[in-house]
Amino acid sequence: MQGTAMKNEKFLNATSIFRSQATTQTSSKSVRGESASPVKKNIKIKVESFNFYYGNTWALKNIQIAIKENNVVGIIGPSGCGKSTFLRCINRMNDIIKNTRAEGFIYIDGKNIYEKDQDVVTLRRDVGMVFQKSNPFPKSVFENVAYGLRINGVKDQRVIAQKVEKSLKDAAIWDEVKDRLSDSPFSLSGGQQQRLCIARALAIEPRILLLDEPASALDPIATSKVEELIHQLKKEYTIIIVTHNMQQAARVSDFSAFFMMGELIEYDATSKIFTNPSNKITEDYVTGRFG
Amino acid sequence: MKKNYVSQFIGFTFLRFCVFIVIGILLIILWDVFSKGACAISWEFLTKAPTNGMTKGGIFPAIVGTFFVTVITAALSIPLGMGCAIFLNEYAKDTKITRLIRMSIRNLSGVPSIVYGLFGVVLFVQILNLSTSMLAAGMTLGLMTLPWTITASEEALKSIPNSYREGSLALGATKWQAIRTNVLPYSIPGMLTGVILGLSRAAGETAPILFTGAAFFLPFLPKSLSDQFMALPYHLYIMATQHHDIEGVRPLAYGTALVLITFVFGMNIFSVVLRYQLRKIKKE
Amino acid sequence: MRRVKDKMIHGLFFLNGIFVVAILLGIFSLLVFTAFPAFKEINILDFLTGSIWNPDAYLEPSYGIVPMLVSTFMVTLGALVVAIPIGIGAAAYLSDVASPRVREVTKPIIEILAGIPSVVIGFLGIVLVGPFIAKVFGLSNGLNAINGSILLAVMALPTIISMSEDALTSVPSNYEQASLALGATKWQTVIKVKIPAALSGIIAACMLGMGRAVGETMTVLMATGCAPAMPKGFLDSVRTMTSTIAIELGEVAYNSTHYYALFAVGLVLFIITFIINMTSDIILHKYEKVHR
Repeated sequence: MQGTAMKNEKFLNATSIFRSQATTQTSSKSVRGESASPVKKNIKIKVESFNFYYGNTWALKNIQIAIKENNVVGIIGPSGCGKSTFLRCINRMNDIIKNTRAEGFIYIDGKNIYEKDQDVVTLRRDVGMVFQKSNPFPKSVFENVAYGLRINGVKDQRVIAQKVEKSLKDAAIWDEVKDRLSDSPFSLSGGQQQRLCIARALAIEPRILLLDEPASALDPIATSKVEELIHQLKKEYTIIIVTHNMQQAARVSDFSAFFMMGELIEYDATSKIFTNPSNKITEDYVTGRFG
Repeated sequence: MKKNYVSQFIGFTFLRFCVFIVIGILLIILWDVFSKGACAISWEFLTKAPTNGMTKGGIFPAIVGTFFVTVITAALSIPLGMGCAIFLNEYAKDTKITRLIRMSIRNLSGVPSIVYGLFGVVLFVQILNLSTSMLAAGMTLGLMTLPWTITASEEALKSIPNSYREGSLALGATKWQAIRTNVLPYSIPGMLTGVILGLSRAAGETAPILFTGAAFFLPFLPKSLSDQFMALPYHLYIMATQHHDIEGVRPLAYGTALVLITFVFGMNIFSVVLRYQLRKIKKE
Repeated sequence: MRRVKDKMIHGLFFLNGIFVVAILLGIFSLLVFTAFPAFKEINILDFLTGSIWNPDAYLEPSYGIVPMLVSTFMVTLGALVVAIPIGIGAAAYLSDVASPRVREVTKPIIEILAGIPSVVIGFLGIVLVGPFIAKVFGLSNGLNAINGSILLAVMALPTIISMSEDALTSVPSNYEQASLALGATKWQTVIKVKIPAALSGIIAACMLGMGRAVGETMTVLMATGCAPAMPKGFLDSVRTMTSTIAIELGEVAYNSTHYYALFAVGLVLFIITFIINMTSDIILHKYEKVHR
């Protein structure tokens, strides 16, 4: 135990040297970031010198980022840049992929989730996730939303019914499905399926919501509904959304993080990123010169 | 150029001929058994025990014996096979042990059935002291079908999309909860279709039960698991080779063969229909 | 608490997986242990090279397994000679010539053939194939090596066909297209490109079919006459290792030398099939690697 602590300390020192080189850049960014939001909020997620490997591939390189409560953070970047990988590190979904390794720290409410005693199951309950391709289970609409409650030991049918209704309302899909709760979710449209999956994630009352390109398979109308929903949800949740659609990032997020080749190139208020990025590569990307 | 097409024609004719032979073999087998077996089938044949030194009467005890032995086979093979498949598909990482397990499964499926019979004699009859009994025979067959059950179950598990597992884990399910509530319910029907196919083969096997519990002739039905039993395939073997009046009981042998084939095909058809129905449900 | 439970369940499934390895090892070791006492009385060299199997002889019982090995070898060889050309031909037809509809009808037929119990095929060997052979060759009865070979060919065919077809269909289609683009006919492509490309898979299929033939009991027990003497030709009655065990194990006393000797035969059989299956496995894996 002590050994690891020492090691961590060493590691910290090593990385802090590294960080000090980049200090000017990062710190100036975060100052600007704070000034961009009128209300001072608590930091919900803090990522420090985080690295991730698929076998020998270095997928995430020394990521540092701090995300504030009740903010929507958009993660943008060309495909294969590590955006989804990063997202999946926040609820440790990457644990189930064979032959992967994580280094460094991700603090949620001050607690490092990569600590040895962290129970991933509890973590995933606190950090909800919605996948790129909507993945309703082949159960009824009602049972899909109730699923998370049931596996977490909620037995009271009344409580379950209440929470299912509330989640579906929160996900702005209640009016569309209230008469078809016992139908198969596969009879819903793509956008409805995705909002159902959001409702399913909301039902277990997470603190953070991770959205992995939630609208990539949807038509414009369904997309705007999901975006509207994200706006609503940010009152109660901290939301991180991965998207390859820059307009979407510009529309929904307060802050944007630009990833490329496993590195976090720039992180700042969305307005700043899209109008006056400090980094040349970011500018090239947001102006559509590549990607 | 023309020569090429002539050789192609000859070649394809040969290939077609090969398929015709295979189909022809099956047709001959079925036609012979059905045409000659049908006249032996009667209500009495299906519901009475053999009488008069097995020259008259029916094969009811053999039907019952085969049925119960198949049930025991299933009771051993299904849980163990599914468990192993779950381990391989859901838990196992690509380690040396996993590869060893996979290699063992492939080899077990190639072990001759008579060797399973020898194994059953030593392990179940002698060491575990079950005597020659329905239980010993059923367990021997259970071990023999295990590799098939595992392969079939794993196929079914593989067909479940990964998003079901991930979706469940992302909602805070433990690994076992995810498997139990969101993988198994959708894979069990698929597992069963494959497993039934394996069991049908076990029902027709003779070599493993020769020394582990099948009886030449029993005028009564087995009363417990530790009784010997009559089985359809063994009965057919007896009627075809060991009877004192082989020519005389030939119709009975044909009848037995017909019932046995029907029993095995019945299970096959059941599993095919099940598979077909499942595909239809999935498409909807 | 939940984590402990999950770990325990994981452990349980792991044990379940290990169980399979234990069975294979168990089969092998029980055969070895039960066969071992036989060699207290029988010289192992006599056992492996003796040409007389006569455990019941009053004065000097002899335990030579050579006649059985020869018998097994003969019927297996005969079966492969029949089954390999037909099997590969049918597989090539299904993968390259047949329309999808024909394929959809034929595949279940082959599955059905695989599902026919061996005892039924043995029975038909007695009542159908036997008399036919007797007539053609003018013998008093047709229970001999040829009969066994034909029946074993029928039993090995489904394995050979379905595995060879898998091998043929998994040949990358650009091979085929390249050949056709050079002006080869479809037949030339099948013979000169596809079968050579799938050869290791086809060989593995034939090995597996061979393994089935070597280990098959009931058909050879019923249809080959089972005379224990050394066979002189394909029209002679033969008695394979499997049928020797099947015939004699029911009649010997537990834990007699004869009993142990039968287990020694079983051990030899196990080792032979194990080698055949492993070889097939290795060939198949090599082939998979090449194609990736």
